[in-house]
Amino acid sequence: MWRQWIPFWHPGLSPHSGDVDLLFTGLLIASALVVGLLFFLLTLFCARYRAGNQTDRDHRVKKSWHWEVSWTAASFVCFLGLFVWGATVYFQIYRTPADEHDIFIVAKQWMWKTQHPGGQAEIDALHIPVKRPIRLVMASQDVIHSFFIPALRLKHDVVPGRYQDLEIEIDKPGHYHLFCAEYCGTDHSGMIGEIVAMDPADFSNWLTQQAPSSPLASEGGQLFRELGCSGCHGGGGTIRAPPLEGVYGKPVPLSDGTTVIADDKYIRDSILMPRSQVVASYQPLMPSFEGKVSEDQLLRLVVYIKSLAGHPT
Amino acid sequence: MSEKNYLTADFTLRSWFFTTDHKRIAILYFASLIVFFFIGGAAATAIRIELATPQADLVSSDIYNRLFTMHGIIMVWFFLIPSIPNTLGNFIVPLMIGARDLAFPRLNLMSWYIFMLGGCTTLFAIFAGGVDTGWTFYTPFSTLYSNSYVIVAAAGVFIAGFSSILTGLNFIVTIHRLRAPGLTWYRLPLFLWSLYATSVILVLATPVLAITLLLMATERFFGVGIFDPRIGGDPLLFQHLFWFYSHPAVYIMILPGMGVINELISCFSRKQVFGYKFVAWCSLAIAAVGFLVWGHHMFVSGQSLIASLVFSFMSFIVAVPSAIKVFNWTATLHKGSIHFDAPMLYALAFIGLFTIGGLTGLFLACLAFDVHATDTYFVVAHFHYIMVGGMVTAYFGGLHYWWPKITGRLYSEYWARTAAVLIFFGFNLTFFPQFILGAEGMPRRYHVYPPEFQLWNVLSSGGAVILAVAYLMPVFYLGYSAFFGRRAPANPWDAPGLEWQTSSPPPEFNFTVQPVVTRDPYQYNEAFEAEPQNA
Repeated sequence: MWRQWIPFWHPGLSPHSGDVDLLFTGLLIASALVVGLLFFLLTLFCARYRAGNQTDRDHRVKKSWHWEVSWTAASFVCFLGLFVWGATVYFQIYRTPADEHDIFIVAKQWMWKTQHPGGQAEIDALHIPVKRPIRLVMASQDVIHSFFIPALRLKHDVVPGRYQDLEIEIDKPGHYHLFCAEYCGTDHSGMIGEIVAMDPADFSNWLTQQAPSSPLASEGGQLFRELGCSGCHGGGGTIRAPPLEGVYGKPVPLSDGTTVIADDKYIRDSILMPRSQVVASYQPLMPSFEGKVSEDQLLRLVVYIKSLAGHPT
Repeated sequence: MSEKNYLTADFTLRSWFFTTDHKRIAILYFASLIVFFFIGGAAATAIRIELATPQADLVSSDIYNRLFTMHGIIMVWFFLIPSIPNTLGNFIVPLMIGARDLAFPRLNLMSWYIFMLGGCTTLFAIFAGGVDTGWTFYTPFSTLYSNSYVIVAAAGVFIAGFSSILTGLNFIVTIHRLRAPGLTWYRLPLFLWSLYATSVILVLATPVLAITLLLMATERFFGVGIFDPRIGGDPLLFQHLFWFYSHPAVYIMILPGMGVINELISCFSRKQVFGYKFVAWCSLAIAAVGFLVWGHHMFVSGQSLIASLVFSFMSFIVAVPSAIKVFNWTATLHKGSIHFDAPMLYALAFIGLFTIGGLTGLFLACLAFDVHATDTYFVVAHFHYIMVGGMVTAYFGGLHYWWPKITGRLYSEYWARTAAVLIFFGFNLTFFPQFILGAEGMPRRYHVYPPEFQLWNVLSSGGAVILAVAYLMPVFYLGYSAFFGRRAPANPWDAPGLEWQTSSPPPEFNFTVQPVVTRDPYQYNEAFEAEPQNA
């Protein structure tokens, strides 16, 4: 296999990482050809045309545009090919994740906190089943972090103030590095976690052994009542607020005439900045919860609202 | 040497610190840049020694972060950006175009004072307690979380920016207005084309940096919510603004290096640069397209996939003129008469290192591979190949080439060649292993790392020690030559440029008679044909 041609390069472990590996090999071969040709010519010219060497220096290449035009065109065509190849694979690895198995990740100085929908929480570790696409929903509580799994050739920044979703899939059981790749302060290099990929059966065992306090959705529900959200959104309240049952994943008409899909990001934004996207025919009465809820709590609220729509979480 | 030259014209301190002579100002810059280079270099050496083992056994995380931040800030703003333009450029530009001085001599002196003010402000920040943001000052870390001298360091960089702008302006006006009679644009040495392109970037891009740093300071002081997501700001806005300056800044650093290489390759193969016009326009093309590629630093940041697509495409486009230059330099050697003096060794090293740096730049422009490689040591290796392997190598080459002109003395060819070879090997040993580290996935800015990365780190640290020694060598043999070296003739390399037609060192006003240019640059052919073929 072509992967073994690069001794230090361990094979990638997902369908997409195979494509990245192939791309890397292609880039290496192309560069080796260019560097080889160039160094050959440099050595040849330096040896043959060194000062004092008796050699034929007549019939120099006449100054002509042909040479330049041809190597300009050749570089351009090669570059175009590499660009298209790289872009194709990029669009595959960052494709919109399938909404099947969600795991929530909060990055903070200096740890990765991961949460399974059943409530199992881990620090600097993430257990996942193999050969199954996982959707990660990632948020940062403070600065920019970057979620990086070298074995998957996959990385994405986690920027505070927004959700980032990312699909991962691992082919082989094992332990893999999880790095923070964006410099995030004092213990940046200590923000290292472990991805534990397990056979699906082992994974379900592991989930049950973890004995979570309670599933995220029910914690979210409790929070929903504690924060007073249920007073308006729960039905029977004195203030009219849009009902949340069944809203997740559906288009929501806004008062400015546009429509938005009620995804994780929309729900998060609606909690923190309720007046920026007001649902049509409702008054902008909701107060902002900015600074009152942490990223962890926000995630729970999102999961709760999602569960109201009957989505399996 | 009975006639007075610019060095012997006056000996008082006042005559140095209030001089308006571009040559003396170049020396002032040179002296201050050496200091900055060795401060930045000391930080680099400390970093590499720390990384020889996976544990934190030399310094704490906090100190480590301050070290690499200081290394980055000092090297980028107080060495790489000013080095060639402000020392070699300042000295050579008026000589090359047959002028008495730059267009605005007092402005030139002011640039140096502003530069020193910026440098001292930054040094104050560093020695008062340091900065731990990395040279990129990414928000919201720099605005909300860093407990260090962010504002002071940024102020230093902000001030130094004005020096850049003024120098750029001065060069542009000088090259436009003060060329000797007969020196048309297509007769300009290629070094001047590249400095011209550099100056255009300096003038256009540096204000953006100033604004960015100002916004960052405003945010840090008043929390107005430009970059803070909790009050509606956008952390990525900073990255867009920052890289809108800092990517073109990469070309500010490398273009003058490319310009120097043209002079060296041509002189020591005694041949006209192959495809002069192509090379000249490539400099301007790089400067222009260089403004449109900043987003390639943000392929994994969450910008839209379409934006990434456009930035990736533009990054491949900007590589074309660079590739053309490499091919043209190689073609220049063909059927030349190649002398392997120290400057030529640096020039050849430059071609090799710049090619590797450029090709790995394509790896990073390639979207899917960049996702894996960005923020790893692959990036570190890539830009050190361009900045250190390219720019610093070119600077050393140019310094050796013009040294006899600047000081009027010859240096030891033996030691100069030894240092050049040692730098080449030390450099490759330091940075090539970092490509492998990055490909294996070791993130950059890591103070401690998983033990499986140690082998390549040890090699890299070993190389760094060799490199540090090699960079110290010129201090001794060049320092020795400045005082005790043999007297240099006016034109030790038999080069045709105008700067070689005046004495070494040049008189106070450069030329005793106004030179008139009647031929194209790099007319080595006569000299070469006069050389006996069967020697």
